[in-house]
Amino acid sequence: MFGAMLGEAWHAMGANRLRTFLTMLGMVIGVSAVVLMMAIGQGAQESVKQSINAMGSNLFIVLSGSRTTSGARLGGGNAASLTVQDGEAIARLEGVKAVAPVSMGNAQVIFGSSNWATSIIGTTPDYLDVRGWNLTEGYSFSDSDIRSATRVALVGKTVVENLFADSDPVGKTIRIKQAPFVVLGVLESKGQSLDGRDQDDTIIVPLTTAQRKLFGAQFPDSVRMLMVQAESPQTMTMAENGMNSLLRQRHKLREDDEDDFFVRNLTAAAKSAAETTRTMSLLLGAIASVSLLVGGIGIMNIMLVSVTERTREIGIRMAIGARERDIMQQFLLEAIMISVAGCLIGLFLGIGGALLVNLLTGASIVISSNAAITAFAVAATVGVFFGFYPARKAARMNPIEALRYQ
Amino acid sequence: MQKPIIEVSHLYKDYQTALGPFPVLKDVSLSISAGEYVAIMGPSGSGKSTFMNILGCLDKPSSGEYTLDGHAVSELDSPRLAHIRNRTIGFVFQGFNLLTRSDLLDNVSLPLVYAGTGKRERHQRAQALLEKVGLGMYTASLPNQISGGQQQRVAIARALVNQPRLILADEPTGNLDSKTSEDIMRLFAELNDEGITIIIVTHEADIASHAKRQVRFLDGRIVHDSYTTPSPAAAEMEPA
Ligand SMILES: Nc1ncnc2c1ncn2[C@@H]1O[C@H](COP(=O)(O)OP(=O)(O)OP(=O)(O)O)[C@@H](O)[C@H]1O
Ligand SMILES: [Mg+2]
Repeated sequence: MFGAMLGEAWHAMGANRLRTFLTMLGMVIGVSAVVLMMAIGQGAQESVKQSINAMGSNLFIVLSGSRTTSGARLGGGNAASLTVQDGEAIARLEGVKAVAPVSMGNAQVIFGSSNWATSIIGTTPDYLDVRGWNLTEGYSFSDSDIRSATRVALVGKTVVENLFADSDPVGKTIRIKQAPFVVLGVLESKGQSLDGRDQDDTIIVPLTTAQRKLFGAQFPDSVRMLMVQAESPQTMTMAENGMNSLLRQRHKLREDDEDDFFVRNLTAAAKSAAETTRTMSLLLGAIASVSLLVGGIGIMNIMLVSVTERTREIGIRMAIGARERDIMQQFLLEAIMISVAGCLIGLFLGIGGALLVNLLTGASIVISSNAAITAFAVAATVGVFFGFYPARKAARMNPIEALRYQ
Repeated sequence: MQKPIIEVSHLYKDYQTALGPFPVLKDVSLSISAGEYVAIMGPSGSGKSTFMNILGCLDKPSSGEYTLDGHAVSELDSPRLAHIRNRTIGFVFQGFNLLTRSDLLDNVSLPLVYAGTGKRERHQRAQALLEKVGLGMYTASLPNQISGGQQQRVAIARALVNQPRLILADEPTGNLDSKTSEDIMRLFAELNDEGITIIIVTHEADIASHAKRQVRFLDGRIVHDSYTTPSPAAAEMEPA
C-alpha cells in the first residue's frame, strides 16, 4: 500500500516537472543557505577555539601605561614603568604560577642568502610554559643564558620556512640585526592569534640578550610587558587583585594617582571573542532559516494549487473507496517528497559551497553531520507542516462535489 | 423472496440554491433485492443521478431512510462509507472518470490499493478483468489512448475489481454508439447472471429493455415500476 502511494507521489511530481522543480528550489536555497552558514559559523568558532587553546590558559598581560575612563589604553607599553623586578615580585604572589617578562621588537634576520623581517621576543625560559608552547626540535635556553646574555634563538615555523629551505635549522647561525645567533630549537606551530596575527612568524631570544644587544633599552631592567599565568581559573581574581595592589605599592603610587600599568585578562577576552563568534554564527543560521521558512510556504502554495487542480481526481479516488486518511497521506507524502528531495540537493549544494568558500578564501569551515541531520529533519518537518493544511483540505472534500468539479 | 440489498423509504433530497432549498427527490421509496437488474429511466432533471449518488454513498439524502445490505447508511461514519464504496459497490460513471495520468492496469487496480491488497495480486486481478472486458493488450496504455467505449469497459473493470455485490451505472452508454452500447449491455447481463445486483440509469428504452425491472422517475418521484420478466415480487405488487 505504502509502496503504491510512494509510486503515485513520484508520478504526481513527475507530471509537472518544472513546477515541482521550482517548488523544490525554495527548499534547495533554504537548506543550502543553512548548511553553508553553519559550516562557516562553526568554522569560525573552531578557529577561535584553536587560537584560545594556543594562547595558553589562565593568562594576564601587564602593560605599562594607564587606562582612561573609557577603557582605552594610553601609551600602552611605552612609559618604562614595568621592570623585571616587578615580574619577580608578582611571581611570588599567591595564586600566580609563573611570570615571563617580555620585550619585543622587529628585526631583519639573515641566513645564508635568505633574509626575512620578523618579530623578536626577548623573554625568560618561563615564557614557553606560560604560553604552553613546545619545541618540535632542539631545546630551549636556560637561566644561565639569561645571566650571560648569550646569543641563542628559538625560531617559529614561518621563520623556518622562509629562511631554511630544506636544511635543519638547529645548530645553524643566523644573523639578527647583523649579530650572530645560534638556533637552539624550533617552536611548534601555533597558527593565528585571535587578532589574526601569525604567531609562528617570530623568534624568541633571552630577555637580556634582546635588551642589551638588539633593542638597546634606555632603562636596563624595564620591560614592555609581563605575561602572568595564574595557577587555576579559580585563582585568577585573587592574582589580579594581588598584582594591582602590589604594583601600585612598588610604583609608589598615592591613593589618588592613576595606575601607571594596565592588567588585561586574556582568558576573559578570549572567552568574549568566542562568545561573539558563537552569536554571529547563530545569527547567520537564523537568517538562513528564514529562507527555509519561505521555501516551506512555497510548498504550501503549490500544494494548495495542486489540490484544487486535482479536485476531480480526489473525487474519483473517494468514489472507489479512498478514505480521508488515504487522501491525506497521498498529499502529505507529495509535500514531504518535494521538501526532502529539495533538502538533499540543498545539502549537496551547501556542502559544495562551503568547500568552495574554503578553497577561495581559506576561511576554515566545519561540516558536521549534525548540521546535515538538522537540515534534513527541518525539511521533513517543513514538508509535514506546510503540507498538512493542503492535504487536509483535500481529505475533507465531499466526494460528490469533488466529482462534479470541472 | 430474496432479502433486499437496497431499501429506500421516504427519501427526500433538497439542493441548497441561492433561491432557497430546491427539492429534487420527493418521497422516494424503493426496494431492490439481491440479484436484480434494474433500469432507472426518466426525463432529464427528474433526479435519477441524484438518486444514484445517494445509493452509491457519494451523497446524503436530506431526509428519509436508506438501508444498504442491512446497514442504515445515515449512521455510518466516513471511513465506513469509504469501505462500502470500496467493497460493496462498483460505480460506473457516464464520463468514465478514469485517472488520466495512470495506465489502464493502475486504473483498474486502484480500488485494490485502497483495500490494502498486495501488489502482485492487484496486478493479477486487474489483468484478468481487463482481459474479461476485452482489453488485455492495453494494460500499459493511458486512458486518452483508447476509445470511449474502451474507456467505459475499463471503468467497468475497475468497478468489478473488488468483487462488489452491487453495480451502479449512471448512463454508462450515454456517450457511446449503439453497437458499443450493446457490447456494454451484454457485459452487464453476464455480470447479472453471475449474481451481481445491477442498477443502471438510461434514457434509451432499448437499453432499458435489457434489464429485468424498469423504474421510471418523473419530477423527483417514482411514477412507474414494472418487471419485464415475471418475478414473485412483481406478482405481489401488481396482481394480474
Ligand atoms: N449540485 C446541485 N445543485 C443544485 N441543483 C442541482 C445540483 N445537482 C442537480 N441539481 C438539480 O437537480 C435536478 C436533478 O438533477 P439530476 O442530475 O439528478 O437529474 P437527472 O435525472 O440525472 O438528469 P439527466 O438525465 O439530465 O442526467 C436538476 O433540476 C438539477 O438542476
Ligand atoms: Mg443524470
